[in-house]
Amino acid sequence: MATIAVSRPATTAPRAVTRATGESPAVRWTLIGIALTFLALTLLLPLVLVFHQALSKGIAAYLAAIREPDALSAARLTLLIAAIAVPVNLVFGVSAAWCIAKFEFRGKNLLISLIDLPFAVSPVISGMIFVLLFGMHGWFGGWLFDHDIKIIFAVPGMVLATTFITSPFIARELIPLMQEQGTEEEEAAIVLGAGGWQTFWRVTLPNIKWGLLYGLILCNARAMGEFGAVSVVSGHIRGETNTLPLHVEILYNEYAFAASFAVASVLTLLAFVTLALKTLVEWQQRRAEADRVEAVLPVERIAA
Amino acid sequence: MSIQVRHLRKAFGDFVALDDVSLDVPGGELVALLGPSGSGKTTLLRIIAGLEPADEGTILFHGEDATTQPVRERQVGFVFQHYALFRHMSVFENVAFGLRVRPRGVRPSEEEIRDSVMGLLKLVQLDVLARRRPSELSGGQRQRVALARALAVKPKVLLLDEPFGALDAKVRKELRRWLRRLHEEVHVTSVFVTHDQEEALEVSDRVVIMNEGKVEQSGTPEEVYERPSTPFVYGFLGDVNLFHGRIHQGRVNIGPGELEAPGWADATNQAGLAYVRTYDVELGPTPSGPSSLAAVVRHVRAFGPVVRLELDLVQGGGTIEAHVARDRFDAAALAKGRQVYVSPTNVRVFAEPGSERRPA
Repeated sequence: MATIAVSRPATTAPRAVTRATGESPAVRWTLIGIALTFLALTLLLPLVLVFHQALSKGIAAYLAAIREPDALSAARLTLLIAAIAVPVNLVFGVSAAWCIAKFEFRGKNLLISLIDLPFAVSPVISGMIFVLLFGMHGWFGGWLFDHDIKIIFAVPGMVLATTFITSPFIARELIPLMQEQGTEEEEAAIVLGAGGWQTFWRVTLPNIKWGLLYGLILCNARAMGEFGAVSVVSGHIRGETNTLPLHVEILYNEYAFAASFAVASVLTLLAFVTLALKTLVEWQQRRAEADRVEAVLPVERIAA
Repeated sequence: MSIQVRHLRKAFGDFVALDDVSLDVPGGELVALLGPSGSGKTTLLRIIAGLEPADEGTILFHGEDATTQPVRERQVGFVFQHYALFRHMSVFENVAFGLRVRPRGVRPSEEEIRDSVMGLLKLVQLDVLARRRPSELSGGQRQRVALARALAVKPKVLLLDEPFGALDAKVRKELRRWLRRLHEEVHVTSVFVTHDQEEALEVSDRVVIMNEGKVEQSGTPEEVYERPSTPFVYGFLGDVNLFHGRIHQGRVNIGPGELEAPGWADATNQAGLAYVRTYDVELGPTPSGPSSLAAVVRHVRAFGPVVRLELDLVQGGGTIEAHVARDRFDAAALAKGRQVYVSPTNVRVFAEPGSERRPA
């Protein structure tokens, strides 16, 4: 046994040492190949197709489709809905995350699960919920009708549905971040004489700003792109209750393919902008995180 | 400014963190709250600061009731165990924070803030690092920033939670001495929490020893070390040998032999604990009195000025630890395996907790 153990290093010495988790080149390239093919088929090809179709009748037709009054009105409505839903969720998300991360209370786990609900149910069902609540035959339908308030098949319903669908983004992003940071810095601020608002603006917010921005970007992207729930409550009235995604569908169903894809390309461009912003924020966040890790590590190294 | 704590109670669910705690911190003193983890010392500190509400009891600052006073009005400086520096601010801004958040009327001017912050940073010897972020500092430097930040608001009371807990032994010793000197300079009433007895005895004017939510004893370091008033304090401060036995007419029978039990002359057959400090024993080749116990040297550790020995009692009853000054250590007579006689020179006997009688 001893001789084998001694001679073994000599025979293996010339071989290149590979890391324990390293794979052979063949395996690596096969895996990368599969991933790239998949990406090309499911992402790149549709993307190229959108722009190909959008420009199939020339630039003039493309611009005309975008400038068409119904398309412009859809774009305005999309922006309006996002402009309401995103700030509402900003306030909700920050407060919910603050509650969950900084306080102990009964029913905390239930609240965390509830925040995830919009992610868990199909958007169409989310839309249906609002129809059941506020529609003509819904719980509040009669009362709303008596007071001449229109929610379903009108803009308020679309705003509600979008807000509901996009509510988890910011809270979900902030909860783990705030939990990890704990409450010590806030306590330090309060002991030093800071009030609640001062503590929030000067201590809490700067610590979560990159995570918050990340959540905002995702929330905004979803608010502008939401189809299912909005479709159920919209009523599809052209020029009135049509958002960009709904407008794309209408044009497509009318066989106006070029116009439909032209509008779709606007949404696609929006996605690009979102991705670029998201990457930028992620990069900043990693830098902030590196700072944070640094802030913890040296102490422990000394203590060890 | 003095602090008085009266009959404080605090429970977290079923766990009683503080059980009728009363305490006096005279103005200008540096007091250590010493105890094992879970003894309630940090909870007590946080209640004094106002970071945690008490279930019952009162806290007086300079004779005035501060029990319900909000944290931000108590004018305390608090140094957190992990410093809790604002990570997105420079060292300068960290220290300036307490001044900047003051209401407009009483907020110092930018120039005054700069002067006072730089003055404090000089005091903690960090003025050259004013522009750094906390992440760019070592543990000891962060600790000093945390101190400067707490002192910036001119607190009436300075509270420190395990101030040296996260530092290595060498930095800890340095900072300890430095804190002592700083306290002599600024002279603010200070309370610090520690589980390190050496730290507590070396730095503080007074030590408060806590166990299971109660104050066991408080006094000067000499008092608590030389005259421990409870078995817990005896066991917690310094290295001791503990014997369980029965006390009878001034002597305690610990199995392999009998020891003197001063102050227990009229006890009859009572369960007791006998404590002997490791340096309160004499070792010799022959018995030196009725309290001498035969033992065999099991282990010798002979580095430094004190030689540490472990001895097995011959007639059963476990092992004894003995610390002998090097100049009195006879290598030949105390080699491993030799039989010697152990004579305790100072025995402290307590009634077994739960049995009623106290020494006369």
